[in-house]
Amino acid sequence: MPETDTTAEPDEGGQEHPQFLAHHFDTPRQQFNAGKLGMWIFLVTEILLFSGLFCAYVVYRANHPEIFIYAHRFLDKNLGALNTCVLIFSSLTMAWAVRSAQLERKAALALLLSVTLLCGFVFLGVKYVEYRHKWHEGLLWANRYAPRAEAAEETDGEQPIEPRNVGVFFSIYFMMTGLHGLHVIAGMGAIAWVLRRSIRGDFNRGYFGPVDYVGLYWHLVDLIWIYLFPLLYLIH
Amino acid sequence: MLGQVGSGLAQLVVPALVGQSSTGSFWLPPPDSVASGAVDHAFHFVMYVSYFFFALIFGLIVLFVVKYRRRPGAEAVKTAKSSLALEATWSLIPLALTIVMFYLGFVGYVELRSPPERAYEISVLARKWSWQFTYPDGTIDNNLHVPVGEPVRLVMTSDDVIHSLSIPAFRVKMDVVPGRYTRTWFQGKELGTYDLYCTEYCGTGHSDMLASVVVHEADDFRAWLKAAGDVLGNNPPAKAGEILFRRHGCGSCHSTDGTPRVGPSLQGIVGQTHAMADGSSAAVDENYIRQSILEPGTKIRQGFRNQMPTYKGRLNDQEITAIIQYIKSLN
Amino acid sequence: MANSADGKLSETNSSAPLNYLNCQRGFLSWALTLDHKRIGVLYLVSIMASLGLGGLFAMLIRAELIAPGETIVKEDTYNQFFTLHGAIMIFLFILPGIPAALGNFVLPIMLGAKDVAFPRLNLASYYLWLVGAVFFLVALVTGGLDTGWTLYVPYAFQTDTRVLTAGLGAFILGFSSIFTGINFIATVHTMRPPGMTWMKMPLFLWSLYATAIIQVLATPVLGITLLLLAAELVLGLGIFDPAKGGDPILFQHFFWFYSHPAVYIMILPAMGIMSEVIPTFSRKHIFGYKFIAASSVAIAFLGFLVWGHHMFTSSQSVMAGTIFSLLTFSVSIPSAIKVFNWLATMYKGSIALDTPMLYALAFLLLFGIGGLTGLFLATLSANVHLHDTYFVVAHFHYTMMGGTLIAFLAGLHYWWPKITGRMYSEFWGRLAAIGVFVGFNLTFFPQFVMGSRGMPRRYHDFPDKFAIFHFLSSLGAFLTGLAMLTALAYLLHSLFRGRRAAANPWGSATLEWQCASPPPKENFTEPPRVGDPYDYDNLTYDAENECFVPMNASP
Repeated sequence: MPETDTTAEPDEGGQEHPQFLAHHFDTPRQQFNAGKLGMWIFLVTEILLFSGLFCAYVVYRANHPEIFIYAHRFLDKNLGALNTCVLIFSSLTMAWAVRSAQLERKAALALLLSVTLLCGFVFLGVKYVEYRHKWHEGLLWANRYAPRAEAAEETDGEQPIEPRNVGVFFSIYFMMTGLHGLHVIAGMGAIAWVLRRSIRGDFNRGYFGPVDYVGLYWHLVDLIWIYLFPLLYLIH
Repeated sequence: MLGQVGSGLAQLVVPALVGQSSTGSFWLPPPDSVASGAVDHAFHFVMYVSYFFFALIFGLIVLFVVKYRRRPGAEAVKTAKSSLALEATWSLIPLALTIVMFYLGFVGYVELRSPPERAYEISVLARKWSWQFTYPDGTIDNNLHVPVGEPVRLVMTSDDVIHSLSIPAFRVKMDVVPGRYTRTWFQGKELGTYDLYCTEYCGTGHSDMLASVVVHEADDFRAWLKAAGDVLGNNPPAKAGEILFRRHGCGSCHSTDGTPRVGPSLQGIVGQTHAMADGSSAAVDENYIRQSILEPGTKIRQGFRNQMPTYKGRLNDQEITAIIQYIKSLN
Repeated sequence: MANSADGKLSETNSSAPLNYLNCQRGFLSWALTLDHKRIGVLYLVSIMASLGLGGLFAMLIRAELIAPGETIVKEDTYNQFFTLHGAIMIFLFILPGIPAALGNFVLPIMLGAKDVAFPRLNLASYYLWLVGAVFFLVALVTGGLDTGWTLYVPYAFQTDTRVLTAGLGAFILGFSSIFTGINFIATVHTMRPPGMTWMKMPLFLWSLYATAIIQVLATPVLGITLLLLAAELVLGLGIFDPAKGGDPILFQHFFWFYSHPAVYIMILPAMGIMSEVIPTFSRKHIFGYKFIAASSVAIAFLGFLVWGHHMFTSSQSVMAGTIFSLLTFSVSIPSAIKVFNWLATMYKGSIALDTPMLYALAFLLLFGIGGLTGLFLATLSANVHLHDTYFVVAHFHYTMMGGTLIAFLAGLHYWWPKITGRMYSEFWGRLAAIGVFVGFNLTFFPQFVMGSRGMPRRYHDFPDKFAIFHFLSSLGAFLTGLAMLTALAYLLHSLFRGRRAAANPWGSATLEWQCASPPPKENFTEPPRVGDPYDYDNLTYDAENECFVPMNASP
């Protein structure tokens, strides 16, 4: 997370220039505003990155709706819903953590960050269960798509005829959830970093920027999942 | 070389910059299709506007540099720092001109994209690196033959990558995309032979993916089509093979004079034994040629890449036999 | 080194105050620097090396095309030449060229700031650039690339060259570009000094700001496009592959959604340099400040709406073509406004034809031609005839090379004394500028003629009727190459033998000329005096030191 560049150069501390203030900023306010603006711009680039993916999804689905209707049955709605809840809860704890940082409640901050991080691990664990199942059933991306015969029978309802290129659905599924998963991992790394700094006691009323920025990033990661879940799991 | 340069320079030094006639201008080839007129009209309008503005910019730069160049004792004179009237002038005049340009371009574009209902339809198959034109009676040729004065619609698709069909004399260009059909049309005005290029980069043989457009009198066109239709019936096998070889675009990769191109030259190839890319060796005989046409990837000669598409389903046995006869005749 | 020069050097050295170049020494002091000036210099050296490599491929292309038939290489090698020329020039040179090299150096000083907002992000941007460049080089030596820089599918799936390596390289370079953009936006927003309102900012900053907006909004789309392309190659994704029900035209939409705004990433900073050089060397206040500033932002905005004009012949619908044509014409208006305002700035000025100004005048003419020929291509019907011919090749070289490269050279000569603390030879500077201008026109003007007569681009061979134009074009390219080498030679020479530069050799009023040349580590020893960046009244020429000094400071 180099965009949250805020550590001070140790030899430059002074009354006028507190230690957490980087040498090229005049005031803590200026430093915070620059960091926050930088983070927001970075989030815009992330949204655009994913919107390209959503756009590709929309075009392919518009051209081949039958593939999506056929293949989404192989995804486990319950696990998807569980992960949605986990992430929404983690957003709550993250927001709470930011508030705690602003109020200088150091113990609460560390606890809430830890809970958020834990939610991240739960999310990844559930995702791992899902991926392993897909791997086992041969429901993989187009080049490796080779479903085992029982895979279709496990799903409820009558058996529709398999359309062509079903593998492309799983290409899109792995592409979207995989890229999102990488963002979750990056977010967890960032949370671990601010957790360590919060335990070290770096943050106070005048300096809590990094917690704020990481919080913004984590909310975005949640938000993207909230779009991915219905688009991939809840198709009618 | 020098003579070529000289004549070329003469072409440049005597630019018919403003000439606009049926024989073409300095910039454009003669407009030999019905829709060319609208295209050229838009082109020339933009051209005159561009001449004017270039002359204006160039003139002002020269004037200012000469008149206001820095000299001892001469200071810059203060002028207004901005002027709404001037800004409006040099925004609104270009705006009005571009609206005219847009309109002229739009009219020509609609014409280029709207074939008349009763057009003569030819299907086009593009592949690395040749064109194949199929006429309504099933005749196939690698050049585009059309009757004069009759609208012709091309329905095009590609076998491999994106190509683009361009006929500069007719101002026609349209991409040829695998997995879908694209359309374009033209109506030749003058008898003659014109260049047809592939204008979407498609790999090794891109600059060899050429064809000719031959505009015939209507009667000549019917006669050509009739003669072209039954190649095997009208010609001895080796001759028929040569025609088929040309029509299917084999020549864009295989020369018949000994120079290796994308593929090996076919001159004198029958009876030779060559090392293959996989380390084996193979003797070139009728069976080898037949296999190379139908399953080109199986035995690639050393020093060449597997680039050739299969002709399975495109050539029947008699045609393949004729082509083998032709290749044998090159010995 | 000669004795006399030696003595002189050591004498000036001992009295020279510490600056950003000599305050710290050693490899690590450069490799780990957070100083925007040093990062700017690292970028400058790197992109000039890329320019050299891209230029080498340009020479090879023109050598092959000097005569019809096979001249020096076979088709496959030629296809690699033009692909690598395009990819290296665009991704490694032009895109980062002005913003990351010159912009990095100049932006904070123009703002009177000590550094950019995020110095470590800035260094990360440079290292990402290096990693991206390494990917390109690996692709180059392990099998090359022959898709054209546009990487169109499905050709990119079928070639056996290194699409994946080069694509990942471009992906990484995209992040480098995004980091620069984030940094510049945050810096301009939060680090302007008291007194410098938005409307008192030098126009170069406005143009860098507009550029940064495009960098952060367009580049992520390139990122996802390249990721999808990579996934297509590795996983068989299927979204772009017609064999799997995908749409190859969608790739073109994605690609141009980035790559058209990207041409404004290339040209806007160039326009910003013009807005500094022209008033300085005319000693006259810039004309129509607000209109130039607003037109930068307008170009950045409109640039996002016109990508479809690359696809008029791609089977896009007539309706889409019509809308894209109309929007494309709208971009020409802000560009025209800029050109006329620059001309009005020169009116009744005091015009000095120093090297940067010669390049600026060349820019006006060449970009003028580039812009006017863009009108032909925006015109729907003419576009059908001209698309993918040499007309397009000539057009974008007139804007990208005649525009951006020429402006880069103007900026490089303009800020060279500030960056290096040395003056180059004015005589050789002017000679090279004239050589580049003549060579450039000889290279690309014939390409307009053959293009409008139908010569397709990316051809290894061509019909005899185009031979004369190709011949002239190749001659021009060699002349341009020679002139560029001349420029390299005298610039390098100036590093060792050049006269020491004063703080303000040209008489500019922006803040970077208030600090010493080269600037001290934290840019200013005393807070700069913020005023109108185009007010030259307070500067007077000091003939003895060949520089400009503030009126009240002169004896």
